[in-house]
Amino acid sequence: MRFKNVFNIIGPAMVGPSSSHTAGAARLGRAARHFLGKCPEHVQIILYGSFAETYWGHGTDLALVGGLLDYDTDDDRLPDAAEEADRQGITISFDKGTGNYPHPNFVRIIVQHGEERAEVAGASIGGGNIEIHELNGFDVRGSGQYPMLAVEHMDSKGVLADITRTLSDAELNIGFMDVDRKARSGEAMTVIELDTVPDQSVLNQILQLPYVTRAAVIDLK
Amino acid sequence: MQFRTLKDIVRLCEERSLTIAELMIEEQVKETGVSEQDVIQQMTDYYQVMKEAVERGITEDTVSRSGLTGGDARRVHDYMLSGDTSSGSDATRAMAYALAVSEVNASMGRIIATPTAGSCGIIPGVFVSSQERFGWDDTQMVQGLFAAGAIGYVIANNSSISGAEGGCQAEVGSAIGMAAGAVVEMRGGTPEQAMHAVGLALKNTLGLICDPVAGLVEIPCIVRNGLGAVNALAAADMGLAGVRSAIPSDEVVDVMLQVGRSMPSEHRETARGGLAQTPTGRKITEELRRRRQENKN
Repeated sequence: MRFKNVFNIIGPAMVGPSSSHTAGAARLGRAARHFLGKCPEHVQIILYGSFAETYWGHGTDLALVGGLLDYDTDDDRLPDAAEEADRQGITISFDKGTGNYPHPNFVRIIVQHGEERAEVAGASIGGGNIEIHELNGFDVRGSGQYPMLAVEHMDSKGVLADITRTLSDAELNIGFMDVDRKARSGEAMTVIELDTVPDQSVLNQILQLPYVTRAAVIDLK
Repeated sequence: MQFRTLKDIVRLCEERSLTIAELMIEEQVKETGVSEQDVIQQMTDYYQVMKEAVERGITEDTVSRSGLTGGDARRVHDYMLSGDTSSGSDATRAMAYALAVSEVNASMGRIIATPTAGSCGIIPGVFVSSQERFGWDDTQMVQGLFAAGAIGYVIANNSSISGAEGGCQAEVGSAIGMAAGAVVEMRGGTPEQAMHAVGLALKNTLGLICDPVAGLVEIPCIVRNGLGAVNALAAADMGLAGVRSAIPSDEVVDVMLQVGRSMPSEHRETARGGLAQTPTGRKITEELRRRRQENKN
């Protein structure tokens, strides 16, 4: 079942005009912010399909920027997000993407803060619901409906066991998991959707595990 | 969730003497692990947002961001207050409220997607006007929203609630079906009557194309929300009167997906067909493009 519960249907509370182009976009922007782990200084947004064609009329651009400022879908400040980003000195560019894309409403967001860079690509699939398709170039899926732990690591035996054991010790329950690696023994990404938000101490424990290079929590609740 | 189809809902409700709302709340608690109290609180908060949007839309001048639409909710509301309407004041009030929420949406105001933003006027239009008319309290309205949610859950998972996927029937049509079934339950009808109302409502929107002028959620979306609210009330009346959907409602849901898939992409939210490509639709699109270019320069 694509839609999991009643609030996927009634809800979200949002600022208009389009659940796909506005609410979904805000959530995708917010996912990029959380994945970077801080407010970005530079942002590049690449829009595909219907997003690219009609983003200006739907305020998709404002919603994406609002999400990057960590605004939720119903934040009254969304219509003024561009001015606020400007005030904070965040530079943002919008481009139209070319080539293949997996969904009519698709966006790629590249965020930077100092030397740190993160990239999120995802689709807005209707009713404000989203689907994450890529994190930092890895093909990993996430729904954004549950808190998501994204761990970058080297592909090696036992890494996943270490991560899941850490979660289990913290009494966190896994609802969904996806792994992608660039090559055998190469760089890898694991995303885990959890029933509850892991706190900073769990994140720190995971960061200390062998082979783990980076970890972030994307929590869109 | 224990139910996948509308028929499942009726069966489970009958077996356990539950209302559709009670079943939905129980399943939501099981699925999410969130307490019943918190689940009900979230829906109560959502209903508050719906009421605020109705109020805003009929008292304030809402002009859309594009400047294309606005003010129709107040026009219809004033007309209704004049007391001389063609469809009766109750239907006209529901229509005014639905237009109100849809106009608030187009002006980037706060709304609840039910099931989407493009169809966000129908359920509040029907619910808030019915609450005033029948004197229901908010607790009952919130129960009604859970009933609507259960119906929408089945439609979304077996068909679609996205205009890009299934045309306007998937957005406005789904909302009408959800509102119709919920009204039947709130007015004391059986789950079976509610499900027939859903089927009757959906049958009447099959094939409805999504053809937004300039790609915006305004023309014809706002008007379709107004008329959709009236359709929902009418379908609820048919259900309450004992009219049965000759084609079982689940089959109507399934065929809605097939109809949506066989629609050309021109008629699925791309603004490349339907009203968007009439001479006036094209003129409006050009005008907006020109203005945007000017603002950019």
